[in-house]
Amino acid sequence: MGLKEKLHGIKEDFKGKKMAPAFNALHTFLYTPNETTHNGSHIRAVDDLKRTMNTVIMALVPVLIWGIFNAGYQHYAAVDAANGVIREASLFGNFFTWDNFTMGAITVLPLVIVSYAVGLAVEFVFAVIKGHEVEEGYLVTGMLVPLIVPVDIPLWMLAVAVIFGVVIGKEVFGGTGMNILNPALTIRAFLFFAYPTWMSGDKVWVHGAKEAVGTPDAISGETILGSYAQNSSVVYDFTDKFFGFIPGSVGETSTFLILLGGLFLMFTKIASWRIILSAIVGAAAMGLIFNGVVDAGWITESSKFYGLMSTPYWEHLIIGGIAFGIVYMATDPVSGAQTNTGKYWYGFLIGFISIMIRVFNPAYPEGVFLAILLMNVFAPTIDHYVVQANVKKRMKRLKLKTA
Amino acid sequence: MALLSKKDRGLIMDPLADNNPITIQVLGICSALAITAQLKASIVMAVSVLFVLSVGNVVISLMRNIIPSKIRIIVQLVVVAALVIIVDQVLKAFAYELSKTLSVFVGLIITNCIIMGRFEAFALGNGPYRSFLDGIGNAAGYGAILIIVGFSRELLGSGTLLGFKVLGDPIEKTGLYAIGYENNGFMLLSPMALIVVGIIIWVQRSRNKTLIEEN
Repeated sequence: MGLKEKLHGIKEDFKGKKMAPAFNALHTFLYTPNETTHNGSHIRAVDDLKRTMNTVIMALVPVLIWGIFNAGYQHYAAVDAANGVIREASLFGNFFTWDNFTMGAITVLPLVIVSYAVGLAVEFVFAVIKGHEVEEGYLVTGMLVPLIVPVDIPLWMLAVAVIFGVVIGKEVFGGTGMNILNPALTIRAFLFFAYPTWMSGDKVWVHGAKEAVGTPDAISGETILGSYAQNSSVVYDFTDKFFGFIPGSVGETSTFLILLGGLFLMFTKIASWRIILSAIVGAAAMGLIFNGVVDAGWITESSKFYGLMSTPYWEHLIIGGIAFGIVYMATDPVSGAQTNTGKYWYGFLIGFISIMIRVFNPAYPEGVFLAILLMNVFAPTIDHYVVQANVKKRMKRLKLKTA
Repeated sequence: MALLSKKDRGLIMDPLADNNPITIQVLGICSALAITAQLKASIVMAVSVLFVLSVGNVVISLMRNIIPSKIRIIVQLVVVAALVIIVDQVLKAFAYELSKTLSVFVGLIITNCIIMGRFEAFALGNGPYRSFLDGIGNAAGYGAILIIVGFSRELLGSGTLLGFKVLGDPIEKTGLYAIGYENNGFMLLSPMALIVVGIIIWVQRSRNKTLIEEN
């Protein structure tokens, strides 16, 4: 008797007991269950929930690795800058180094571990209490969460936020597949409003920056968006911004890798290209409008919006978290729009509103997560009107035919 | 010998639990969200509503046979407005700072749905003594939720209770392994009050399955 049969045997023993969901979760994580569809004819495909989730995680791994190296790189670069040494970023010269990796690993991996441990614990508890199977919904969320927080967020805050996000963002609505809001963004929103001093400002984005405030070793950790919002100049050039040698939340910095991940997700048909494309168009449209306002001379350099408004529209796409948000968050198949026409609107408005919040609200220098949460709430409304429009169109056609 | 008959006790006890005005009837939510950032404000609000609702119920109940039904809403409003003005003046005289915190929400007791609801549903059809008990019960049910929400919001949001420091100072050290307490700023924002009320409703319904509506 092979291991597989043995496990199925144990499963029979657990049947009907409280611990059954917990065992089944671990079991089906590694093996396909021996159960088949019970009645009716169904289309069987291999892309079940678990595979979908794992594909997204695969797309996230390069971003995570980059995030680990970048966390170390930014720390040492900021220390250098404080000592008056200007660093020229070079991929193999001073980026992929063991120093960076170890420094990044001790700051980023704990975030990943805490996110998964706490989130899956909550899922297990709910599965055992409610007696349903553990759902895989947290696999992606658990990976997204460490990528959208600053490196220096205290672990207990992350744990509190994960509990809040999973319970209030997902479990109260009925678990995986029933949530209105994207759980990862709910977690970020909670952190942002609960502990704003740890989630924004110029001291949280680089490891060690907050600790060193006021000491002779003080280092700066300003993000590009933060600098623009204060109308100050930015030292990073296009390559830095596009490839991600910049400070920011752990996984959002490298637009290049996010783009590759996005292409992979679109190719595997996990993410909707309609949402991604229209979100980019929406963001560019809003950026162009702001650039037009600046060109027309309606606002002057003394305006506090000048810095972000005069940022070229294409640059908005490669700085801040907008690329990460569009590719990995807006395309969430549960909380996003479901109809094809709806997806265009949903994506467009996400891009449009993101840039609007980014420019107009200096207190929230990054508006992507708020824009996506807002559109999550409106997604069912968009779908409703798309469906109604279709119904109306077909009714008209029917009338024409019968008349 | 019981102080109250079984029926009368129900008037007070029901709104505290299974017929709570906020968590079951979902009335009076706006003030529960707006003024519960501090425990003190919640308590004062609860006491004010207790006064307005119990006295108002008695007054309406005494007049129930002479109020023409066509203008009963206006009469009720006059009664409730008079009582609210008394509360407002008392607060301004003896607790000026607090009345500034509560600001417009004292005046808005007039529009608190619980009050008009009890006048309409109970005081117009019952005697003064029972109306009084009903007023006490419903206001206590409202106040209990307000105080629970106010307690958790002030404790977790500001680290204080009634203005006294309870929880530790914010963490100074930083970094991943920073252990310490930091006030949760989200608790001070109104959306969190809605979530706290939601959690109370959730707990209450999972303890008592009969409260869950069929759909």
